[in-house]
Amino acid sequence: MGMGHVILRVTIKLLFAPIVLFAFYVQFHGDYGPGGGFQAGVILAVAFVLYALGFGLEETKRAIPPRFLTFGMAFGVMIYVGTGFLTLFLGGNFLDYNVLDPDSHHNAGQHLGILMVEFGVGMAVASTMLQIFYLFAGREAEPSDDAW
Amino acid sequence: MVDVLDFVIARYNYWIVIVLMMTGLYIVFSRGNLVKSLIGLNLFQTSVFIFYISIGRITGGTAPILLEGHGDEHDAEGAADLHGATVGGEGASHAADAHAGAAHGAEAGLHPLGSGSADVAPGADLLASPSHVPVGDPPGVDVVEITRTVGDTIYSNPLPHVLILTAIVVGVATTAVGLAICVRIKEAYGTVEEDALEAMDNAAEYGLTEGQAEGAA
Amino acid sequence: MEIPFEPGFSWTVLIDLSLLTLLMLCGLAMVRMRRLFGVAMLSGIYSLLSAAFFVVLDAVDVAFTEAAVGAGVSTVLVLSGMALTSKREQRVSSRRTILPLAIVVIVGAALVYATIDMPAIGDPNSPANAYVGQAYVERSPEDIGVPNIVTGVLASYRGYDTMGETLVVFTAGLACLLLLGSGSIRGGRKVTDPAPSEDEASPVGEAPAPARPLSDGPR
Repeated sequence: MGMGHVILRVTIKLLFAPIVLFAFYVQFHGDYGPGGGFQAGVILAVAFVLYALGFGLEETKRAIPPRFLTFGMAFGVMIYVGTGFLTLFLGGNFLDYNVLDPDSHHNAGQHLGILMVEFGVGMAVASTMLQIFYLFAGREAEPSDDAW
Repeated sequence: MVDVLDFVIARYNYWIVIVLMMTGLYIVFSRGNLVKSLIGLNLFQTSVFIFYISIGRITGGTAPILLEGHGDEHDAEGAADLHGATVGGEGASHAADAHAGAAHGAEAGLHPLGSGSADVAPGADLLASPSHVPVGDPPGVDVVEITRTVGDTIYSNPLPHVLILTAIVVGVATTAVGLAICVRIKEAYGTVEEDALEAMDNAAEYGLTEGQAEGAA
Repeated sequence: MEIPFEPGFSWTVLIDLSLLTLLMLCGLAMVRMRRLFGVAMLSGIYSLLSAAFFVVLDAVDVAFTEAAVGAGVSTVLVLSGMALTSKREQRVSSRRTILPLAIVVIVGAALVYATIDMPAIGDPNSPANAYVGQAYVERSPEDIGVPNIVTGVLASYRGYDTMGETLVVFTAGLACLLLLGSGSIRGGRKVTDPAPSEDEASPVGEAPAPARPLSDGPR
């Protein structure tokens, strides 16, 4: 292990936390500036991809097991669809966020609904992207052509 | 000459989009390597993104994020109307004075109504109706400053942005599926070149041996 | 509401044009390059350039996404996919490129001819900008009250649409899981292998032999 690895790892350690923090900022600040669930999900996944590039795939898989990601993919979509059904049960149309807070004059229902839906999108996108990276990066360790 | 230049500038984006699209199509058509073909498809896809965003562009517009205070626009207009009605009977010069007070903030303090709407910017009606044009400007009042209203901002079309934003993320996910299929093809056949794949398929299906396949080809 | 529009030169247009020209050069270089590592790097540069272009055209949300996805995730994916498949594409005989080139040139010429009737770039009164997009901008402050109109349209006006997109991403992840996940190794079988029952008898390692004359490009 040469010096290059040390520099790489120290840099990744320094960058990792700010990237994750930025991802959450983008996630929850999407109402006010550019951003939202899609971007935040991708940025969050990129943080872990960077970690895997520096510290190895097995290390990353110990931190976030693939089983957890499969769950996250489905759960993100479920949050989105679940918000739709919640508004349905509250008496509105599918994904009509106004019924979440009908007494408000400041569109509080819309704000809440958008936050929930974006959270679902972020979770689904982050899990899917990291899952896909795990699959591609983990393939090389499997038996190669000659071992069949 | 200027007309031709304007015509070219107004359509240059389309032409580049077409060049990029055709480049992607050419890669897909002519290259046998499946990974390279996927990259060509990506190029084609990105050219469509550029096309949509170019269409949604509005000259002089800004990003579709509401500027500070735009939400209060209607309140501001209401206050300005009320204000105009109150002072309307007292003559144009008084109205101009009141507007000047509004523009200058609470520093004047002469007219309670004027300073009440000081933090919003009236003046849309100031320009619209000639009767409100200030006859004798009080010293130090900048008319241009008054006429700049919050409601004037032009925003670019947000709809193409929404469509393309989601399409980018979906695009990378579908590219990943394509690459995964390529990986499986590589594992099954040992190559991702179309010609070799076809030759091996022929050999497997029709039982041609190596020599026969070569002879046929 | 008719908004006055005068096409013409401005500094934004100059940045716009130079970025587009760089994009075009990048795309043409991708055709010529045969080392796939170089192609993947070029596509990363291409994504970053188009993100800059989107910023110039006021599409900040799209630029954000393109920079994160195109230059980040997509490059990593193509590189890791490339590592598992092939590093270099074979040389294509020039005979095979004539027909695609002819098709591409003809289609491109037809499309360029069609752009003469297209509305000018930046025209606020063009059909794409005048109706529904304009309505979103005007009504969003009252209907939704979220400053970022793009988020409002994405999650609320077109929430159903976005739900479909999320489902597509989920389905793509699922497809990758089925194709490459654990268990996919056992199911795979080479085309050149004999029937699975006599697998042990088959000599190991001679599988790519039939493809040898074709696949052995310069490495």
